[in-house]
Amino acid sequence: MDDDEPREDPPAPPDEQPSLWHRLRHRRRDRLAAALIGVLTLLLGFAFAVQVRSNDTDTTYSGAREEDLVRILDDVNAREDRLREQIAEQRTALGQLSDTDSQAAAALAEAQQRATELGILNGSIAAQGPGLRMTIEDPGDQITPANLLNAVQELRGAGAETMQVDDVRIGVSSAVTGSAGALQIDGQDIDAPYVVVVIGDPQVLATAMDIPGGVSATVRQRGGDVSIVQSEQVVVDALRPLDQPQYAEPTD
Amino acid sequence: MIPILGLAVGVVLGLLLDPSVPVWLQPYLPIAVVAALDAVFGGIRARFDGIFDAKVFVVSFVSNVVVAALIVFLGDQLGVGAQLSTAVVVVLGIRIFGNAAAIRRHLFRA
Repeated sequence: MDDDEPREDPPAPPDEQPSLWHRLRHRRRDRLAAALIGVLTLLLGFAFAVQVRSNDTDTTYSGAREEDLVRILDDVNAREDRLREQIAEQRTALGQLSDTDSQAAAALAEAQQRATELGILNGSIAAQGPGLRMTIEDPGDQITPANLLNAVQELRGAGAETMQVDDVRIGVSSAVTGSAGALQIDGQDIDAPYVVVVIGDPQVLATAMDIPGGVSATVRQRGGDVSIVQSEQVVVDALRPLDQPQYAEPTD
Repeated sequence: MIPILGLAVGVVLGLLLDPSVPVWLQPYLPIAVVAALDAVFGGIRARFDGIFDAKVFVVSFVSNVVVAALIVFLGDQLGVGAQLSTAVVVVLGIRIFGNAAAIRRHLFRA
């Protein structure tokens, strides 16, 4: 700290002839001093540059007072809390949404399955499956609506899930009308031989037709004939228009 | 010549390497730099006065840096580090001004 004060021993007076040893010593000292000065100034320059650089990077808070820093920290903490709350809320909302979403999907799948079942039941969609194809010959026009209705009832009783007669789908409200030889189902004319395609257990259905006093026996008694072909795959593709209920309304 | 060269090389090295200052050194580095600057200005002035001595320069440089850092360290321990470093900077600044004035007188004779 006192380099600016005059030093006590000035450099060797030039008027005296110094000894060789003295000169060598002096030289070595000079060199050492120069090296030290170089190292020190290099360090200074290095430290200076580093300090300037590091000061450049973060000057935002380095000059702030402690109270300000504490306030800023509080602000940041409060903000973090708020954001955390928001995250929790959003998570909950997301959970609820995906919950209702999966519920809605399940309800939709169930509704679709119900619609399919009901469609098969009331004949508004085509169906396929194991069943049988029954052909009722009626050469003498002796089959009455009651006989055909009986056949339909027997088939239903034997577990028929859906059926069609001569390309007319039988639904829950189907009616057999007309007279022997000019039968109608739901107002549509059907002609002998009547081809009944039924989906259900083939074995059970065939047995139900062939019981004594049953459909086959009655038809044969009236001069007709019944041939039954059991099949693992029959297609009931006649469709029935969907009835719009005019008076009935669903109750809640 | 050597000091200017050393300064230049040091600055270039610092800019090129761009090391991050360790946390424990952060309060002391600026003070040490100012103290060293004071020593350098003192050395320049002594040079102009014709009384420059390498040994005095080296010793004053090192002791300046060490004492300045020590004062700040003590201040930190006592809880008045910020104020003491301000005080050190003020004192060193005054000295630098004085030395600069002497150098100016030598250079411009005014």
